[in-house]
Amino acid sequence: MSATTASAGTHLARRRTIVGISLAVLLVAATLLSAVIGQFGVTAQEVVTSLLRHAWIPNPWFENPWPEIDPTADAALWVIRFPRIVMAMAVGAALAVAGAIMQAVFGNPLAEPGVVGVSSGAALGAAFAIVTGMLALGEWTIAVLAFAGGLGATLLVYGVSRANGRTEVVTLLLTGIAVNAFGGAGLAFLLFIGGDSSREQIVFWQLGSLSGSLWRESALVLGVAAVGTVIAILLGRRYDILSLGERNARHLGVNVERLRFWSILLVALLTGVGVAFVGIISFVGLVVPHLMRMILGPSHRALLTASAFGGALLLVLSDLLARTAVTGAELPIGLLTSLVGGPFFFVLLWRQRRASGGWA
Amino acid sequence: MIRAEQVSVELGGRRVVDAVDLAVPAGELLALVGPNGAGKSTLLSVLAGERRPDAGSVLLDERPIERIEPLELARLRAVLTQDNAVSFPFRVAEVVEMGRSPWMRTAARELDDQAIEAALERADVEHLVDRRFTELSGGERARVSLARVLAQETSIVLLDEPTAALDLRHQEDVLRIARSLALEGRTVIVVLHDLSLAGAYADRIALLERGRLRALGAPVDVLTEELVSEVYGLEVEVLVRDGRPLVIPRRGGR
Repeated sequence: MSATTASAGTHLARRRTIVGISLAVLLVAATLLSAVIGQFGVTAQEVVTSLLRHAWIPNPWFENPWPEIDPTADAALWVIRFPRIVMAMAVGAALAVAGAIMQAVFGNPLAEPGVVGVSSGAALGAAFAIVTGMLALGEWTIAVLAFAGGLGATLLVYGVSRANGRTEVVTLLLTGIAVNAFGGAGLAFLLFIGGDSSREQIVFWQLGSLSGSLWRESALVLGVAAVGTVIAILLGRRYDILSLGERNARHLGVNVERLRFWSILLVALLTGVGVAFVGIISFVGLVVPHLMRMILGPSHRALLTASAFGGALLLVLSDLLARTAVTGAELPIGLLTSLVGGPFFFVLLWRQRRASGGWA
Repeated sequence: MIRAEQVSVELGGRRVVDAVDLAVPAGELLALVGPNGAGKSTLLSVLAGERRPDAGSVLLDERPIERIEPLELARLRAVLTQDNAVSFPFRVAEVVEMGRSPWMRTAARELDDQAIEAALERADVEHLVDRRFTELSGGERARVSLARVLAQETSIVLLDEPTAALDLRHQEDVLRIARSLALEGRTVIVVLHDLSLAGAYADRIALLERGRLRALGAPVDVLTEELVSEVYGLEVEVLVRDGRPLVIPRRGGR
């Protein structure tokens, strides 16, 4: 490598380290803050004490290495707040990584599971399971149908919006409108025929909320998010090459069909599992990868890793805001992310339009 | 050595490539020329192994091309397409480095830096390494893409209209690079529109007309006034300088 490239390389490496450390520190801080703030007051010291105790790490700040805290506070943390924080992290990471994968496969920075309709597809699947009371696949029926709905929507959008191995913005967005309209109509119909309790549940899906997350649900989402992120990072080099266009990628020995197949499956899985438990949370997959790309550049291995942590951080903070912004009530988190993401999306669209001199 | 045997391709019921026989040995620069719609790019994509011919076969060193795994194929032949867009703002250095990706986890990995360095220099894009690909002009993009193809270091190099976006000097540069690749013992096939450029650099010229191989041979034998005038439907004059043909359209008295 020439001297100039080498210096750019070390510069980038330093940047990656800084971003990595900042994200880690911020995530720990956000987690602590989120555990402390809430209806039931818990101090930061109590949080740390309880965490150490449950993790079987001797507490260095007390003479007794296994100090206990107020049992009510302990219960509030372990039954309510921690599973919810883990859920926020897992869903945030899953959605951000799904967005980054989708952008890589579509070769377009505007592709996002919510915008393109994958989330509506997943929500439709989940709502179908709720209204029909279908439990054919046990307690995870809703999750499985959410995955199936997400997969169907992804395949549809992918099949319709690509031409010559690339996706034009207009076609992508129009397809998204169509899929979202269909998903919305389907949800409305299910609302119409469903009973009162299923209605309430469906409304919850449409707005998105993390309240009432259970450990086993959080653990499942966390597992899927972790495995999905690792697979995506392993495919990272191929995503880089794919940005040369499908033909060029193929000429460089990338099995584009196989890469596409696994990627679509990953997007549907990551989005579906998130939607199944917390509902539709849009724009995370758009905003997070975009910011990370601005800081770290487009190289996918670093981008996907940073997006996972960035997504986790964003949702932990959004959820904190959602449950504390209005006293005595909880805002739907999907509302918050859309409130920020909508204008952000508009700015992106406007900039891309200016750059390409039209709506191509 | 790359060989096409009786290759035919049909698109929408039309024979775009019709029973073409073509063998290009190592060390030869072959120019593929012909009017628009003659099937040049289609034939090139068949030779690249990306399009299966409806009839006939393509052999790389006597092996049927469709039997070669994509990754191995990428170590044997490189293709410069006309599609030079990159979806995300990668830096030029990163784009050229992608040309090395087929050699990942092989012994040739050691040569990466050397190959990239040489490719950047050859394509005259060293000064662009830190620029973002998406910010480059059309001509710069074309040359960076060429550098990427060169970095792949394959024994067969296929170039689809590599001079389309380039100025006079860089057009000459690209053909000079193509010739030097052939002199190194590689097989080089270039699709060209500029007949004089093809005549000046190619060892042999293949002239396509409506999917058929109309003529194949040395530039002076293929680019004759009668043949070019007939195939292109335009009266031309051919001047021969230093044994190389120059094709000039007859533009009437002015």
